Amino acid sequence: MRYLPNSPRDREEMLRTLGHSSIEELFSQIPEQIRFQGRLNLPGPLSEQEVLGFFQQAASQSTRDYASLLGAGAYSHFRPAAVDALLSRGEFFTAYTPYQAELAQGTLQAMFEFQTLIAQLTGMEVSNASLYDGSTATNEAVLMALRLTRRNRVVAARTLHPEYREVMATYVRHLGTEIAEVPYSPSGQLDLAALEAALSNETAAVVVQSPNFLGAIERFSEISELVHRSGALLIVTVNEPLSLAVVNPPADADIVCGEAQSFGVAVAFGGPYVGFLASREKFVRQMPGRLVGQTVDTEGRRGFVLTLATREQHIRREKATSNICTNQSLCALAATIYLCLLGKQGLKALAEHNLAKAHYAARQLAAVPGTSVPFESPFFNEFVVKAPGNADALLSELRREKILGGVNLGRFYPELADHLLVCVTETVNKSVLDRMVSVYQEFSTRKQAWAAAPSGASHPVGQEKA
Amino acid sequence: MYPEEFQYTKDHEWIRVDGDTGTIGITDHAQEELGDIVYVELPTSGDHVTAAETFGTVESVKAVSEIYSPVTGEVTAVNKKLQDHPELLNSDPHAGAWLIRVQLSDPKEIEGLMSSEEYEAYIREAESH
Repeated sequence: MRYLPNSPRDREEMLRTLGHSSIEELFSQIPEQIRFQGRLNLPGPLSEQEVLGFFQQAASQSTRDYASLLGAGAYSHFRPAAVDALLSRGEFFTAYTPYQAELAQGTLQAMFEFQTLIAQLTGMEVSNASLYDGSTATNEAVLMALRLTRRNRVVAARTLHPEYREVMATYVRHLGTEIAEVPYSPSGQLDLAALEAALSNETAAVVVQSPNFLGAIERFSEISELVHRSGALLIVTVNEPLSLAVVNPPADADIVCGEAQSFGVAVAFGGPYVGFLASREKFVRQMPGRLVGQTVDTEGRRGFVLTLATREQHIRREKATSNICTNQSLCALAATIYLCLLGKQGLKALAEHNLAKAHYAARQLAAVPGTSVPFESPFFNEFVVKAPGNADALLSELRREKILGGVNLGRFYPELADHLLVCVTETVNKSVLDRMVSVYQEFSTRKQAWAAAPSGASHPVGQEKA
Repeated sequence: MYPEEFQYTKDHEWIRVDGDTGTIGITDHAQEELGDIVYVELPTSGDHVTAAETFGTVESVKAVSEIYSPVTGEVTAVNKKLQDHPELLNSDPHAGAWLIRVQLSDPKEIEGLMSSEEYEAYIREAESH
């Protein structure tokens, strides 16, 4: 679709048809007090060359040549060039499914393959054709559980991504739904005793992320037994789905959902990312979003159709299963291409590579004096490090070495001030990890030297008091 | 065609009242219009239904449609057979494919519904347009 703005002549013609002499006259119906007064504060127009210069300048100030140890819901993975090459083919490169969807058999087949891949990775029976992102997928799953159980209480792990929990509060704000949070145990995994205490026969769903926001992989056998005993549904959120290649998918879950950005979608501020949602076949009618099915035509040839579309908003309007379930066809296609390029063995090898590198980094950091890896639970490519001192000061020293060293957890968990969430993927090489460890060591040594100095030299105020 | 002991709504539901219990279903005309029915969504026993308000959905290959309750009351039974055999609604809408039984709050409510004769006239009228 091309964007063609209307010309002054087009506008004149439209006004003439409407019987108005000016645009002001057309807008005169709008009450004075709600109309914007004055001029919009916008910069003047730029030439193509100036626009290009502007963005090149902005890009040069970005963090392109930094090594990133940031994760926390967005994961830097290598993107093979074939992803963009195939993605930008004209047959695919449109954000919209045509209104007569079955005309675009190629688009539908690609979505069907995406669903198949997600179902295989999550171990679920059915998957939809993608949702907006991991946070909305998680919360569509919550709404689904409210409908299925007709209960109105949700229990969420405190280690569910803090921003996903914020979106949850927004989603249920007007539904009267009560949200209870379950803390993490000293191991970093869900506190099972607290979970048991939080459950009741009013609980619709329990939402647990794994690996969780602190990197810990949850043990689902016990969690699912507790959840199902109360009659609630177990929703498992996965926002680093590469982990599913080496960690058994949670077979007892009722809904597995999350973020598939890891698969061939670049890390970007504000997205677009791509949510997924998979479940059991018996819940399929409460699943939001598009669903592509495979069938045969009158001559027995394989074909693809939109399935259960009678529940979608273009047909059911305000009674649709969901009216806020944007799908991300293009990003889902990127994930499909990426997964097909890597294949089963490739994905497993990549996951093992992430696992080994992250564990190497954790071991090296734990050996630095004053530094520790406080949570003992198993982790994939992300873990928590207690910094040898002020975490922000350490991060700024790492930045000087062109390393984005992690996320300061104090921002989300006050009790974890000066703890960093560190993510190590295949994009970070060993020399960067060793350089990072040196920065920790120097930082720690300086801190100890400072602490060992005579108190009179460094604490004049304290001396006065004494 | 349309049993005389039933009352009918303009939304094509029927109700058969025995004492203070009403059995509710959709009419033959409704199933004919909907086409092959593939799924039925019903309330559970103990739920409250209100006259002229929706209490479930019927999904056919063409559309998902609301079912409206002819009366107000409490659901006392739900036809479980329809869960696995929704196609019964096409083959036996006036008997085996009843949807729910309701304990009526106000038996006078049925006075506002149509008789079989009135309903037949109503659908003939609708079809002639």
